[in-house]
Amino acid sequence: MTRLLAPTLLVVLAALPLVLKDPYLVNALIITGIFTICAMSLNLLLGFTGQLSLGHVAFFGIGAYVSALTALGFDVGLPFGLRVTYEGGSPLVGFGLAIVVTGLAGYLIGRLSFRVRGAYFVIVTISFAEVVRLVALNWVELTQGPLALTSIPNMTLPLPGLGEVALRTKIQNYYLVLAVATLSYLVIARLVGSRLGRAMRGLKENESLALSLGINATRTLTIAATVSAAMAGAAGSLYAHYIRIIDPDVFLFSYTVTMVIMVVAGGKGTLAGPLVGGLLFGLLPVALRPVMAPEAQWIVYGAILIAILFVMPKGIVPALEALTRRRVARAEPNPALEAGAQP
Amino acid sequence: MTAILSVEHVGMRFGGLTAISDLHFHVREGEILSLIGPNGAGKTTAFNIMTGFLKPTQGRVVFRGRDLAQTRPNEIARLGLARTFQRTSVFADDTVRDNVLIGLHRFACPDFMDRLLPTPRARAAEKAARARADEIIDLVGLAQRAEEKAGALSYGEQRLIGFALALATAPRMLLLDEPVSGMNASETQGFVRLVRKVRDEGVSILLVEHDMPMVMEVSDRIVCLNYGRLIAEGSPAEIRSDPAVIEAYLGKSAARLEHKEMADA
Repeated sequence: MTRLLAPTLLVVLAALPLVLKDPYLVNALIITGIFTICAMSLNLLLGFTGQLSLGHVAFFGIGAYVSALTALGFDVGLPFGLRVTYEGGSPLVGFGLAIVVTGLAGYLIGRLSFRVRGAYFVIVTISFAEVVRLVALNWVELTQGPLALTSIPNMTLPLPGLGEVALRTKIQNYYLVLAVATLSYLVIARLVGSRLGRAMRGLKENESLALSLGINATRTLTIAATVSAAMAGAAGSLYAHYIRIIDPDVFLFSYTVTMVIMVVAGGKGTLAGPLVGGLLFGLLPVALRPVMAPEAQWIVYGAILIAILFVMPKGIVPALEALTRRRVARAEPNPALEAGAQP
Repeated sequence: MTAILSVEHVGMRFGGLTAISDLHFHVREGEILSLIGPNGAGKTTAFNIMTGFLKPTQGRVVFRGRDLAQTRPNEIARLGLARTFQRTSVFADDTVRDNVLIGLHRFACPDFMDRLLPTPRARAAEKAARARADEIIDLVGLAQRAEEKAGALSYGEQRLIGFALALATAPRMLLLDEPVSGMNASETQGFVRLVRKVRDEGVSILLVEHDMPMVMEVSDRIVCLNYGRLIAEGSPAEIRSDPAVIEAYLGKSAARLEHKEMADA
């Protein structure tokens, strides 16, 4: 049943704008979609390799800034009297660069920190995110600091016969996010279903055994970190060109926490988990908004998270899987038992 | 016969404790060599040095001409030296087949694009890996349980999975750390046949084991350790009658038994 969850979700989400016209709800879905991409990428690390990255928002933020600066252009002074001036260009190039730069950052963090894993990896990732936030805040010449980068152009798509078309409407952006999310899901599904995914599972379950079988831990985890970071960077780029204004708050720790909650509640280490968790916790504030004050919303948010983990410690998707397995087992009586029961 | 693995004057000190001093022996190509000795004699330490999990404080271990102290554990597997673990060691949340597939990791090496896209080459590699996995599962006799989670199998069966995992790396030599502990008599007999079969395919085997009848039955040669030192080396018959071994290892209980019999009389 959970195997059909993602394709079903895709069909429903693709059809949704036909009935849903409320721009506020479409906006909420777009933001939720962007964070769900982040949650999927975090799940690749947290769920499939068991490494908790508490600085995941760094890749999201770097992606947003790289993409925005590529589109807007910049003029910065560097040490030794050097000056770099860039005119600005296509947001689509920015999207590509965001993926490349964050992938590289993920690779470096992986190389650095996977020699010391577990708690040390958590600390390195938190520190990395904080350093990047401080750079974004203080390198005013490049990032405008707290004044924010404004008037970021919308994402463009080269369409045959029409040239580069800017995606201005919410519906266009909705489908863009849905497309990137689908692609991310397929890449992750392919990776974890392959030989690399088996190596990651092996390392997570029993590292010394995996090493004794010739699995290269650093290499495997670095690939996972690189892909994970690049995906979060792509999400950051989508965010920058949709919201069209970014400031150092895109590096807020609470965003990382949101991603972790989405992954853990949905079911880490499952493909569908971050989708379910992402949609649930992304849309929960929308559902709660008409009935309570923002402060009370956060309390309910926390209470629901605790309730989910209390009833389903492994998350929603693994709990559903267990439920269907039990139902199937009851529907088809064990043939061995039947045969044994006959006189 | 040439040596596949040479332990050359190896010593291991943990702070003030000397776990092994001046251990020196060779494993020959295609033989089954057993390492025995009472508890605390340094068998497991020696084992961990030979698999690169510990670096000796003195001496060196050479496997097919390569000094293992310079080699990381995952590279050692690539050289053709595989090990099993003393405690049960499987990927408990995966099926038996997936366990062996993880063990086959270093074969079927498609590049990055093959990972992302189901190219013909990636499919062929995956198919070959699955076929090889089924062969290995068949060999160890777990074909009936291939789809079950490894953690759900009995202790003896999990030891067989550990053995299958080591086999999956296509080793030239296998190091087995107490492989039959926790197996009943008939499982042990089956395992002895399995080890012989693998040896006949050209894999050298070093066995660390407490089950003396099993050791005497399966070994070509035996090396006996006590207090971190080598005290005897030879064929099972020689070891059985070696006075140093009888005194240090088999002898203690035998001597006590003789003493008790005399007192009873």
